[in-house]
Amino acid sequence: MLWNSALVAIGGFFGAIARFGISNWIKQKYPSSFPLATLLVNLIGSFLLGYIIGKGWNDSWKLLFGTGFMGAFTTFSTFKLESMALYIHKQWKMFVLYLALSYILGLLLAFLGMKASSV
Amino acid sequence: MIYVVVGLAGIVGALLRYYLGLFVGALWNGLFPLATWLANIIGCFALGWLTAYLPRLRNLPPYVVTGLGTGLVGSFTTFSTFSVETVQLLHTSHLELALFYVFLSMCGGLLMAWIGFRLGQGRLHAQKEAAE
Repeated sequence: MLWNSALVAIGGFFGAIARFGISNWIKQKYPSSFPLATLLVNLIGSFLLGYIIGKGWNDSWKLLFGTGFMGAFTTFSTFKLESMALYIHKQWKMFVLYLALSYILGLLLAFLGMKASSV
Repeated sequence: MIYVVVGLAGIVGALLRYYLGLFVGALWNGLFPLATWLANIIGCFALGWLTAYLPRLRNLPPYVVTGLGTGLVGSFTTFSTFSVETVQLLHTSHLELALFYVFLSMCGGLLMAWIGFRLGQGRLHAQKEAAE
C-alpha cells in the first residue's frame, strides 16, 4: 500500500509538472482562444496510456506511469471548464470542435496506442 | 518554484484519485468505470467552484490558485484513463455502456463545472438576479 502510494505520488508529481510546463509552452508559442494546450496534452496522454495498458506491464509500472504520470498529465476538469467557458461566451463552433476533437481523437489515439504496443 | 507547487499538489491529486479508485473498487465491481467517472465529475465541480471563488478572496497568492486548480484538481481528474476505459468497453463489445460512459462524462462534466462555477460566484440563482 505504501509502496504503491509512493509510485502514484512520484508519477503524479512529474505528470502534473509536465502538463503545466507543456501547456505554458504551447500557450506562449501558439496563443489562441481555442484551448489547444489541454487538447494536445489529453491526446498525447491518451495515446501513451493506451500504449502502456496495451503493453501489459506489471502493476508497479502501471501505477507509476499509468495511474500516476498519465493520470496527472491528462486532465478532465480543465477540459470541461474550458468547454463551459466557450459555451458561456457563445463560441459555438469552437465549443463543438473542442468536444468533438477531444472525444473522437482521444478514443482513436487510445486505440492506436493499444494497437501500437501489441505489434 | 511554481512548478514545485504544481508538482506537490499533483501528488495530492493523483493519490486522492488512486484512493478513490481503491475505495470504489472495493464496493463496485460492475463494468461501468465508476471510479474514474466519479473523480472526473467531482473534479469538474471543484475546479468550477475554485475558478470562480478563489479570485474573490483578497491577498491570495497566485500560486495558491494554480496549485489547487492546475495541480491538485487537474491531476485528480484524468482524460487518458477515460479514453482507454471507453476503448476497452468498445473492444469487449459493450457498445451501449461505452456510449453511456461518454455521454455521462460529457454532459455530467459540463453541468458540474457550470454548477460549481455559479456556486463559486455566489449566484446560482441567475434568473432571480437578472430580474432585480
